Amino acid sequence: MTEIGLGHYLTLASIIFAIGVVGIFLNRKNIIIILMSIELILLAVNINLVSFSIYLQDLVGQVFTMFVLTVAAAEAAVGLAIIVIYYKNKGSIHVEQISSLKG
Amino acid sequence: MLAHSLFFYFFSAITVFSAIMVTISRNTVNSVFFLILVFVSVSILFIMIGAEFLGMIMLIVYVGAVAVLFLFVVMMLNVTEQITKRVSRKGLINNISIGSIVGVIIFLELLVVIGGWKYKESFTPLSSANFDISNTRALGNILYTDYIHLFQISGMILLVAMIGAITLTFRKRENVKRQSYFKQITREKQSAVSLVDVERGKGVKLDD
Repeated sequence: MTEIGLGHYLTLASIIFAIGVVGIFLNRKNIIIILMSIELILLAVNINLVSFSIYLQDLVGQVFTMFVLTVAAAEAAVGLAIIVIYYKNKGSIHVEQISSLKG
Repeated sequence: MLAHSLFFYFFSAITVFSAIMVTISRNTVNSVFFLILVFVSVSILFIMIGAEFLGMIMLIVYVGAVAVLFLFVVMMLNVTEQITKRVSRKGLINNISIGSIVGVIIFLELLVVIGGWKYKESFTPLSSANFDISNTRALGNILYTDYIHLFQISGMILLVAMIGAITLTFRKRENVKRQSYFKQITREKQSAVSLVDVERGKGVKLDD
C-alpha cells in the first residue's frame, strides 16, 4: 500500500475515459448508452481537474469543474430531448437504423 | 494514511466496475443504475480528496437531476423491450475490434502522459494544505469575484438548454381547449353580463 498520490487519481480518470470511449464504439443497441458514455468521459475530465486542483493548491480547477458540470447537464437535457422527438417520429432509437443524415 | 488508500482502492474499484457495467449492460435501466453508482462513488472520492463542495454538487446535479432524467427517458421510450430485437452480428464484431483498439491506444497514451509527469519544484503535497477556510467558502470567494462573468454565462447556457429542450419536445395538440390570456383579460362587463327579464314559470335558456 503506497501513499495515494496524484498519479492514482489520474490513472483512475484515464481508465474511466477509456471505458467511455470504448463504450461509444461498441454500443449497437441504443443511443442512450452513447449519451451515458459521454457523461463518463466528462466525469473523467472532472476527476482530472479536481485532483490537479487539490494537489497543486489551486482552486481554479474546481471552478472549471463546475462549468464542465453545467455544460454536461445542459448537454444531457438537450440530447435526451432530441432522442425523445426522434423516437416519436421514427419509433426506434437503434444506432444502426439512425442513418437519415448519411444522405 | 492506510485508511485513505484503502478507501481509494475500494471506491475506485467500484467506479471502474460500474463504468464497465454501464457500457456492457444488456438492460438500459440497469446501466442507468450503474451510472448512478459511478457518480456516487466518484463524489465520495471527491469528498475524500478534499473537494467537498464539488462532491456534494456531483451528487445533487448528476444523481439528482441527470441520472433521473436518463431514467425517465429510458422508461418513457420503452427501450428495454427493443433489446430483444435484431442486432446485426457482423457490424458488431467490426465495431468491437475498432473500438477496443482505439480505447487501448487512448488509455496507453494517457498512462504515458501520467508516467512522464514531473512535479514542479514548489510542489506542496496534500498534507500541508491549509484548512483555514472551508472548501465551499474558498470556492465562493473566487467564483463570485474573479469568475463572475463565466458564472453568469454558464447560467445563460442552462437557460438556453432549458428553452431548447422545451421547444424540441413541445407539440401542439389538436382538440384541446386552451386558455387565451388576451381574451380573458380584455373581456368587458358589457360583453359578459346581460340582464334578462325572466318570465314567470319559465326558465332562462342559456346560449352555449
